[in-house]
Amino acid sequence: MGKTKKIVDFMPGDTVRVYTKIVEGNKTRLQSFQGTVICKRGEGVSKTFTVRKVTGGIGVERIFPLHSPNIAKIQQMKKGKVRRAKLFYLRKKKGKKAKVAEKKKGKPLQKIQPVKSAEEQLAAK
Amino acid sequence: MLGLIGKKLNMTQIFDDNGNVVPVTVVVCGPCYVIQKKTKEKEGYNAIQLGFEDKKKPNRPYAGHFKNSKVVPKRKLTEFRVEDIANFECGQKLTVELFKEEEKVRVTGFSKGRGFSGVVKKCGYSGGPESHGSMSHAVPGSIGGTTDPGRVWKGKGLPGRYGGDKTCIKNLTVVKVDIENNRLFIKGAVPGARNGYLLIKKT
Repeated sequence: MGKTKKIVDFMPGDTVRVYTKIVEGNKTRLQSFQGTVICKRGEGVSKTFTVRKVTGGIGVERIFPLHSPNIAKIQQMKKGKVRRAKLFYLRKKKGKKAKVAEKKKGKPLQKIQPVKSAEEQLAAK
Repeated sequence: MLGLIGKKLNMTQIFDDNGNVVPVTVVVCGPCYVIQKKTKEKEGYNAIQLGFEDKKKPNRPYAGHFKNSKVVPKRKLTEFRVEDIANFECGQKLTVELFKEEEKVRVTGFSKGRGFSGVVKKCGYSGGPESHGSMSHAVPGSIGGTTDPGRVWKGKGLPGRYGGDKTCIKNLTVVKVDIENNRLFIKGAVPGARNGYLLIKKT
């Protein structure tokens, strides 16, 4: 098996907006989910990332397979200043403490275009 | 049942049309060559012998076996019982095109050898407590009654050699067929370690 192409550069702590494809009857529309990336795990095709947001006082987390064909695009909104790779401590924090400080320095924000589907990746291998 | 010889490569995952993750085993399947035809008249049954993977240094009796088919000597030879033997010729190449997507197949291989194993691993016993003065962590315990029946029941699970058996899994689904690279993507796990030989049969 060959290398997986590095598609997305976002890191834990970043705020991202993930656009997923949703099929309703014959129509396909895009749904967005915006929150903080608290975890990236896995290797190759099985890589996933977890996005957390708090809606009305209730924490909501979604795990996305990075190479899922249902992900139309991923937009990096903010960069976060964090010191660890897994931000599970955010689950126990409330209010201002549950926020991740913004990182102003470094590379500019990226807008990531549609990721390659798994079939294309396997074909490349 | 016609089939092909393959080699287990690894497990991975692919996405289906709806974007769901499907766990798959990648198998290098074929190309296989017909080495010998066995007929009812001569051997008493109809079958074809298939060969898979080139053998580098065959000894002379082994190389002689491949003379009729005019195929480079193969490492792995297996027989498949086939009724309509007229459709095959010695030297014929069979590729992964034999299988279609969403087809059910039967996969045979040798399971991983686990050596001399205890009852917890081999027979699924739950074992004893780990602490609080317990000294029976993974022992089988009592293996039966006393005078009545005066013997150990047949089939009683006891320690011994485990694994390394010929194992067949039926009704596995072919998710994808890669004709170009001779790859077969089979849903779920198949018996054996990586690089182990497998027989993939049509059902």
